[in-house]
Amino acid sequence: MLQTIGHKTLGAVAELGDFTLFTTRAFGASVGAPRLGRRIVRSIYEQGVRCLPVVLIVGAFTGLVLGLQGYYVLARFGSEGLLGTLVSLTLTRELAPVLAALMVVGQAGSAIAAEIGIQRNSEQIDALETMGVDPRRYLVSPRLLVATAVFPIHAAFFTLVGLVGGYLSGSVLLSLEGGIYWSSVLRAVGPDDVRECFIKAVVFGIVTMAICCHNGFNAHRRAGLTGARAVSASTTRAVVLSSIAVLATDYLITSALV
Amino acid sequence: MSDRANTSAPAGGCAEALLIARGLRKAFSGKAVLDGVDLVVPRGSLVCVLGKSGTGKSVLLKCIAGVLRPDAGEICFDGRTLPAGAGPEREAFRRRCSYLFQSNALFDSLSALENVMLPLEQTTALRRREITGRARDVLRVLELDEFRERFPSQLSGGMQKRLALARALVTRPELVLFDEPTAGLDPLRRNAVFSMITRYQVELGFTAVVVTHDLEEALVAADRVALLDEGRMRFSGTPAEFRASGDGPVRGFRDSVEDLRAEVAANRAHQPRPGARETLEILTQ
Repeated sequence: MLQTIGHKTLGAVAELGDFTLFTTRAFGASVGAPRLGRRIVRSIYEQGVRCLPVVLIVGAFTGLVLGLQGYYVLARFGSEGLLGTLVSLTLTRELAPVLAALMVVGQAGSAIAAEIGIQRNSEQIDALETMGVDPRRYLVSPRLLVATAVFPIHAAFFTLVGLVGGYLSGSVLLSLEGGIYWSSVLRAVGPDDVRECFIKAVVFGIVTMAICCHNGFNAHRRAGLTGARAVSASTTRAVVLSSIAVLATDYLITSALV
Repeated sequence: MSDRANTSAPAGGCAEALLIARGLRKAFSGKAVLDGVDLVVPRGSLVCVLGKSGTGKSVLLKCIAGVLRPDAGEICFDGRTLPAGAGPEREAFRRRCSYLFQSNALFDSLSALENVMLPLEQTTALRRREITGRARDVLRVLELDEFRERFPSQLSGGMQKRLALARALVTRPELVLFDEPTAGLDPLRRNAVFSMITRYQVELGFTAVVVTHDLEEALVAADRVALLDEGRMRFSGTPAEFRASGDGPVRGFRDSVEDLRAEVAANRAHQPRPGARETLEILTQ
């Protein structure tokens, strides 16, 4: 049993080291990389444009639920006027970066892991290497660079739509004065909250996209699995690990910034 | 000189040939796939590496190309020994060498033209107009220019093979490694592929190493043939020497059709065991 635990621990440490090297090299390779423009535009479409609808929908419903739940909880203490504070701080500091990241992982991260896994299976990555093209630079760097910009934008849109959702449930459906709601929003959210939101979003973007790319890139290394099953396993693993990583890093960043 | 003696790569310097592999070893999970393989590729020649399926022919090419790292042995290219891992020497080699994969390894999300432009875009500082011009020149030579906007999935198998060759040739390599370029093709298309390789070899002047198990085509097209068997190079020489060789593995590979003919004749002459058909009918009911 000890041997098994030791074996698995060593495996996990080795994979963490491999992942760190992979991410560092991918970032390093982006420096002075030729003609990244088209790959970056494609990544913006992949992570940004295609994911925005789902981010907006989830943001709106999150705001609606927060407004509804928050209103009735605060009403017990006669503090309905703080609904804007509750919704805005919850969204800005926690829910927007976390839920937006999870949505992008589900939509774009899974697709990226599967695409790179298939490219590995069909020897396209080997082909890049034989051409003298660094596959990390070609396939991974643009996605990491784009993630640093797109995730904060998603978090910002999520927050804005969530605030409107909170307003709709708190003021339009229930009886809170709209002016009270928006003034408490403006009073509550400060630069530190926005900074925390963006720091989290950038970290989540890098970590999740790196995990998805790494899993696709190493689809051929899944023990006992080959072909389509290896791609499927890598994709599932990428989404699960990314989701865990979002929540774990969220805790670490919150601990550091609070 | 015996056939076995021909398999050894020359010791010492590597200036005599464009490519020399010496003592290559590669094992997977403890099983040796290459067990001290030597290969000499003269400049400007077409060398066919023959062998049964699973004898390590593709592994040999991948070790040469740097996709796999050999466990032991050395590779000399144009008089210089290549390092096993990444480095400037290996990068320089990759710029002068192309690899045509058995599966073609085309990028299915890029058009035919974009596939051919890719290596130039990513490894050179050429202007986009010049890259497009060079890519279209190669596509024209390979009679694919009118299909340049199509995606690989919209092309036939033969056209995909030509497109992969176009991508391999656009960087004007000195050495092209062909991994089973005729796998899964009918005899007419196999001939067409070998004809294409020899034709463009003359037109574009590259040295070619072709891994194949198509014996007849290889003996017609190659300047030299090598036979890989059970992880070792059993023969290296001209097609005429291969035909004349009395070496066991060479004879076994060369005379496989004759052996098959004899086996088929023996099978047909064989009387079925009494009751065998009835047993089969009972089992399948």
